[in-house]
Amino acid sequence: MTVKLILRDKEYEVRPGMALLDALKKNNIVPESVIATRDGEIITDDEVLRSGDVVKLIAVISGG
Amino acid sequence: MKCRKCENKASIHMRQHKLALCKEHYLEWIPEQTERFIKKYEMFTHEEKILVAVSGGKDSLSLWDILIKLGYQADGLYLGLGIDSGINYSHESQRLAEKYANENNLKLHVVDIEKEFGQSIPVLAEISHRGYMRPCAVCGLAKRHEMNRIARDLGYDVLATGHNLDDEAAVLFGNTLNWSSEFLLRQGPVLPASSSGLARKVKPLCRFYEREMTAYAIMRGIEYIYEECPFADGSQSIFYKEMLNQLETVRPGAKLIFYLNFLEAKKCGNLFIEKNVEQQNLHPCPKCGQPTSTPDLCSFCRMIEKAKAETV
Repeated sequence: MTVKLILRDKEYEVRPGMALLDALKKNNIVPESVIATRDGEIITDDEVLRSGDVVKLIAVISGG
Repeated sequence: MKCRKCENKASIHMRQHKLALCKEHYLEWIPEQTERFIKKYEMFTHEEKILVAVSGGKDSLSLWDILIKLGYQADGLYLGLGIDSGINYSHESQRLAEKYANENNLKLHVVDIEKEFGQSIPVLAEISHRGYMRPCAVCGLAKRHEMNRIARDLGYDVLATGHNLDDEAAVLFGNTLNWSSEFLLRQGPVLPASSSGLARKVKPLCRFYEREMTAYAIMRGIEYIYEECPFADGSQSIFYKEMLNQLETVRPGAKLIFYLNFLEAKKCGNLFIEKNVEQQNLHPCPKCGQPTSTPDLCSFCRMIEKAKAETV
């Protein structure tokens, strides 16, 4: 099983065993612009992603 | 990654501070730091009445939450802007601001721009032809005007907004690109009250990254409006924020240094003062004879001396 990253209405798939930071960079997601949660808990960018993980990315930028 | 304070699993890593904290210690750290900034920049005291501008977003609701936690007398002000754009944006923002106030038994003043002035913000923008195809300029103008009026009319000592460091850095970046000296000189954590009737304005979150405020809202379980203002899509400030975040990823701390060094330069009077090189205290370097302002050897000679010493 792969790892799924969800940011707003977009989904990205990465392979298990990657650190979150690498997974974000690989998909051109700026790490500073998101907070990652897994099972409702915030995870740090050194977290190694496991098979079947669903990581919800919360965009942090607001304002106009 | 472990929490620096308790060795439990960290929930957030702030690379610019080289600091990782668990949820429990992060929720202590944010209010402690906020208190430190309030005191450092002499924003307000526990005796003063604070009006918090609440938009229903993560920053302003978190600010209100922190101030209450710290024991300040803080009421909220919600301005109904009448922005719908098919997602009921203003309605939903108001609902969340009211929900937070009700759940925490806090006083929230609600002012509806359309009821007060006859038109919503998008309509006012259309009629007045202000701004470039967006109502943002009119929105900003109306918010500044109304926040000041309510603060003054209801006898608040200070108006607090939830601007975070990313907001401030984006504004600073834009004003620097344009060399808008007047705006640059006015930017800071505190805008003092004026005798002409402007309320004191403060930004207690101005040293926290936007990412940190999002984490705080999530960890505290604050329900905030996640949807972006429909008119903010493609805006200049969001573009600048994205650029600065790319820089931050490569150079952790770049945003913080950009903002803090600007404040320092402003405080020291180093912004926009033309320096006359001849008038600086120049003297010949005792070694090479070239002019230098550093005491004793010039920087170049010092560097060479140091290099020689290290290779001996």
